[in-house]
Amino acid sequence: MASPLFADTSFVWFVALAVIAAGALIGFMLVSAIFSVWLERKVAGRIQDRLGPTRVGGKFGWLQTLADGMKLLIKEDIIPDAADHMLFRIGPYIALVGSFMGFLALPFGLGVVAMDMNVAVFFMLAAMSSEVFGIILIGYGSGSKWSLFGGMREAAQMVSYEIPMALCVIVPVVVAGSMNLSQIAIQQSGGLWNWYVFHDPFTFGAFWTYFTCAMASCKRAPFDLAEAESELVAGFHTEYSGFRWLAIFMAEYGSMVAVSGIASMMFLGGWSTGLPVEFATLFGGFETLQFTIGGTIVDLGMGFGNTINVIVFIFKCWFLVFIMMWVRWTLPRLRIDQVMMTCLKYLVPISCVLLMGVSLWQLLLPFWLNDVCRWLIFGLSILGLAWFLRTIVTFASSKPGEGMPGMWRTTGLPGYQGAKQTP
Amino acid sequence: MESFLFYVIAGVTGLCAIATVVTHNIVRAATWLLFTLTGTSAIFFLLGADLVGATQLLVYVGGTLVLVVFGVMLTAQGPFISMKTSSAEWAISATVGLVLLVVLVLGVMSLPQSGLRRPPSPDTADTDLVDKAMQTTNLNNNDAATAPYSAVIGEGFLGVPVGPPHIERPDGAPRVVRASYLLPFEIVSVHLLVVLIGAAYLARAKRRRGASS
Repeated sequence: MASPLFADTSFVWFVALAVIAAGALIGFMLVSAIFSVWLERKVAGRIQDRLGPTRVGGKFGWLQTLADGMKLLIKEDIIPDAADHMLFRIGPYIALVGSFMGFLALPFGLGVVAMDMNVAVFFMLAAMSSEVFGIILIGYGSGSKWSLFGGMREAAQMVSYEIPMALCVIVPVVVAGSMNLSQIAIQQSGGLWNWYVFHDPFTFGAFWTYFTCAMASCKRAPFDLAEAESELVAGFHTEYSGFRWLAIFMAEYGSMVAVSGIASMMFLGGWSTGLPVEFATLFGGFETLQFTIGGTIVDLGMGFGNTINVIVFIFKCWFLVFIMMWVRWTLPRLRIDQVMMTCLKYLVPISCVLLMGVSLWQLLLPFWLNDVCRWLIFGLSILGLAWFLRTIVTFASSKPGEGMPGMWRTTGLPGYQGAKQTP
Repeated sequence: MESFLFYVIAGVTGLCAIATVVTHNIVRAATWLLFTLTGTSAIFFLLGADLVGATQLLVYVGGTLVLVVFGVMLTAQGPFISMKTSSAEWAISATVGLVLLVVLVLGVMSLPQSGLRRPPSPDTADTDLVDKAMQTTNLNNNDAATAPYSAVIGEGFLGVPVGPPHIERPDGAPRVVRASYLLPFEIVSVHLLVVLIGAAYLARAKRRRGASS
């Protein structure tokens, strides 16, 4: 942890840098949460054939989340009589800290990382697993049976889905040979075909399995019975209002962004755009753009290249969050026994098979066959994506009543044309 | 700078450990235990042992404590939620704790790494061997067997000699050796297997013999 950079500069400088890094990460997490709440409401609206927020801050409701936040800040802070006061207060903050700790090891660009750890993936999974305790305290500390049910269900679900999630995360680690997220992202640079999702069929399967486990671990629908609005009032956060509720949801959206970050780092190439060029090293290294501050070299060209990298990475994270929301508003909720069955009977064996498969793939396959398979999977994925986009476009432009199977047609058919009019 | 961070983390961890023992509510005791174990993992990170610190978080905080809190929360009814210790129990436990503390401190201080042991006298010392054995830090990563990568731990479990060297003094010439960790790995694996089998046996669905119409 003691890097040579800070060995001879002052204690104040170190604390200032740590505060700046933590502040940047918290800022990113909170801005992502604000944007995700707005996006959630818009996506939910559009999927449900309505518009979503349109009044606050212009035609698209950009400032809706800010208005919501201000409302929540000035709400009355209610603590139930039967609640354990200390645990009720401390629960949301444990969840928030657990969700935030994951961001410490997540690289946003080439060298843009708070702590460049050699065990970055392991640390992120471990840090985000401490969020479970916050959920348990929230559920228990509320002193009501709805919250306790929701909290227990949620804790069981989150802990169970950590197993297939960790197994799926090991699959690209086996391919990369390192748990260092910067190394994994660097190895995927140089073209869209280098991304690990196209590397072999087991990594391809691991991406989808990991995404499913990540959705379950973030208690997103169809695994959201912790919240279970139609069954448990509001689930484990029934008794929370105002800023404490906001902290719980910051933790949830923070976890969503963190697991999306892991997915884009390990499978979707990290900060690379897919073009066969690395922007940070392309613009960096020019003597005219460098100057030194207190012993360290600041390279403006590399900074500009890294800005592109950071923007691309954040866009990938938010795109995966959008997919999570899309799935949430499309699929119905699973029961608790279906959730546990999915984990224990389907996802764990699938993850084990994927892990064994990728290990054998790495050991036994000759090099030339590896390249052939990679190009094959890449080509099939591009074809699949093209077919998918074509289906969406043709469906969106079809006339009402034509696109959806089984819909009752009232025109253009022989036979029943409406009720017979009595003369 | 590290010493300031150490004092802060160790102080908070110690206070939380004291709170675990002192508090009357059993669920709050589990919560203070959470903070104590998180503080321990913070000390691991401060020492630069990222893998061990992350393992501590994953295993203890994310696994063991969740299980403890489940068990405590769902079985503590009424009179069992509040625990009051009598003064006789305080006296006995304080004595045992102090004795344990003295034993641990004496044990730690007698290790060569702690720097408190008197260096061997010049006539019986093999100075270059002593220097090699005293090398326990590897700041420049010039020694592959003590590099801070998890691959080194994996190799140690498979039988490759890794870790800081120590002096072996058989009847012949003394030499510097490293340990491999194959035997402890196998013992721990068998132990885990026994625990798994025991847990599966204890949690099996028992057949009911009684008549149920």
